[in-house]
Amino acid sequence: MAIHPPKNRLWWNEPVERGEIVWIAIAFLWGVFMFLFMIWWHFTGAQNLSNEAYRIDPDTYAERTEAFAEQYTVGEEGDTGLPVVHPPPGSDVYMYARLWEWWPVLELERGQTYRLHLSSLDWQHGFSLQPVNINIQVHPGYDMVMTITPDRTGVFSVVCNEYCGVGHHTMVGKIHVVEPGQPAPAAESGG
Amino acid sequence: MATTVEGLGGRPATEAGFRICPATGLRVHIAAQTLIKANAVAAVVFLAIGGFFGLLVALTRWPAVHLLDAEWFYLILTAHGLDVLLVWIIFFEIAVLYFASAILLGSRLATPRLAWVAFALMLIGAAVTNVAVLQGDSSVMFTSYPPMQATPNFYLGLILFAVGALTAVFIFFGTLVIAKEEGTYEGSIPLVTFGALTAAIIAVFTLASGAVILIPTWLWSLGLIAHIDPLMYKLVWWGMGHSSQQINVSAHVAIWYLIIALVLGAKPLSEKVSRGAFLLYILFLQLASAHHLLVEPALSSEWKVFNTSYAMYLAVLGSMIHGMTVPGAVEAVQRQRGFTNGIFEWLRRAPWDNPAFAGMFLSLVMFGFLGGISGVVLGTEQINLIMHNTLYVPGHFHATVVTGTTLAFMAATYLVIPLIFQRHLVLPKVARWQPYVFGIGAAGISLFMMGAGTLGVSRRHWDITFSEALFSFDYPATAFLMMGLNGIAALLAATGGIMYVVVVVGSILFGERTTEASIRESKLIAPYGPEVAATYGSAGTWHLPGTYVLVGIFFTAFALYYFVNWKYLSEIWPMG
Repeated sequence: MAIHPPKNRLWWNEPVERGEIVWIAIAFLWGVFMFLFMIWWHFTGAQNLSNEAYRIDPDTYAERTEAFAEQYTVGEEGDTGLPVVHPPPGSDVYMYARLWEWWPVLELERGQTYRLHLSSLDWQHGFSLQPVNINIQVHPGYDMVMTITPDRTGVFSVVCNEYCGVGHHTMVGKIHVVEPGQPAPAAESGG
Repeated sequence: MATTVEGLGGRPATEAGFRICPATGLRVHIAAQTLIKANAVAAVVFLAIGGFFGLLVALTRWPAVHLLDAEWFYLILTAHGLDVLLVWIIFFEIAVLYFASAILLGSRLATPRLAWVAFALMLIGAAVTNVAVLQGDSSVMFTSYPPMQATPNFYLGLILFAVGALTAVFIFFGTLVIAKEEGTYEGSIPLVTFGALTAAIIAVFTLASGAVILIPTWLWSLGLIAHIDPLMYKLVWWGMGHSSQQINVSAHVAIWYLIIALVLGAKPLSEKVSRGAFLLYILFLQLASAHHLLVEPALSSEWKVFNTSYAMYLAVLGSMIHGMTVPGAVEAVQRQRGFTNGIFEWLRRAPWDNPAFAGMFLSLVMFGFLGGISGVVLGTEQINLIMHNTLYVPGHFHATVVTGTTLAFMAATYLVIPLIFQRHLVLPKVARWQPYVFGIGAAGISLFMMGAGTLGVSRRHWDITFSEALFSFDYPATAFLMMGLNGIAALLAATGGIMYVVVVVGSILFGERTTEASIRESKLIAPYGPEVAATYGSAGTWHLPGTYVLVGIFFTAFALYYFVNWKYLSEIWPMG
């Protein structure tokens, strides 16, 4: 029994039954398959996480984001006072997280590709794009860059899903995705 | 078994400081027995406290109830994680380590006095951290990610607890050495002890990782260190946080083997295969820190793919092997007893009214189907993008830690009470139903949280209606339904938890004393004496169709669910 020393002192020489060997082989090969599938997806799948990231001082990141917003602001999000920023397709897009907001509001064009930068100015936050359901961890001191291609229009919410203190559940940001070439509808989109 | 008597090494049965267990024939070191009792009782106390906190959390996340206010919610959630994920489980595991070394090997425990020091350190540490949390300045969650900072005592308590636990682990190692030197057993250590050894080796890695990260973080909270890198913290912290869950896996798999041995007299199909599977845990489980870093900046995909898969899923392979050999051993012994009709008579006629067996088998099934499959899917590098920090994550680990580990530990308690506390269970009917009530409740918690997480609902979130936020956002109505069902499941699990605590405390305080005759009559454990099954399981006697069907169902579910989630992933925005 499992609570006694093995009866056969040479237990490692006992033959293993075929049924066990077959299952071990199936389980092993399934593991190898799942391992290779992740690698394969890097070459063929459209959804992978970028490996591009830089160390950055939070103040520098804030400055860059503010300069970016100033350059491309097209309006205000309702009466919230938050700028709506419509960057040109293919460009670098900046968003920062801080207690407890995502800044600024972005307006992107459907089918266009952007280089999205994410970083935090204070604690860790979680970028949870809903209802698409993309979830990325946002660290202070690291500028993470990924290419994204919004493939449907609409209003998307950025929910913070890394606990960041008592205001955590109030931390929601916004991304608009509009048809390419349309005039910015930001002013009418409301809060 | 005949070997039991030989295992005594020819010592006089009534040596001072020892007793002979009337049920199993094992030689029991009284000092070890007392320490097992103390650690088990401390574990149950923290399970009761932490479980109560868990109920408050679930009732707050039930939108129609929304019990606590935000500050209390985050405070209680921090305490819940701490008390059940760390304190309950590690205390119980220390009891398991002492049992698997001193008791199963018929040896004295190394340095019982130091074991009491370890116990005190763990108790003081747990109390210090709990007080720090309840004072309200340390609602940083169990994970305490910097730059968010708790009070120094939060980290100090954890450090004391870890030092105590590490000391206990080394007492386990010391006991193995003593047992070998004093010849209290012959040949190799039993499989259950081997599993406990696996847990102990992983525990050293785990607790060392904890010390490496918590000591500097504590100094940082005291103002002595200027900066803790948040990414480095996560990498090392999860060397403790995730690997400590791997201690649980090793420990509860060892307990599965223990329970089927005691209740049914089942022996492993193949010592080599089962031990090999434990060895895979030792070699590969610690890579799992990566599971928490799959959507972080600054780590390469190569690193993520290799580590998150435990180097090609070799630790998963270990669990899939146990997932066959444990039910296989049950089937083999049941068929040996004559339950040979059809594919499943052996399973139908298993002792489902014995809470130790019922809890063990539910733990086995739910750990595999709910916890194991969801863990692999969640830990797939790209799929993590649609699950990270959603409720899917707690859904997954409630399946592993609650339906898997906690249920297995509860099941083991129903044997520890008659064998170590030497008391009969009070309220046997309550005990009989307890694993089902708790198991179904915990399974519900896991499934409904995974369901909500699949819909994107954030974990650790007080208000998914965003009533106080600048922008509102509506999760799908199904997500709200899931949260309500989760609350109901939590009520059921809490009921099972209360049943457990009542039976355990009642039995320890008021249970009838056991005697040799009364234990046999209770049928809690298999009759010893002439071996019921001497040859089954060895070459040529294998006939386990039921087990083949079970693992076939498991594999089919695994593969289907795996690909469904790749499909979900392919529907999000293209990114790279």
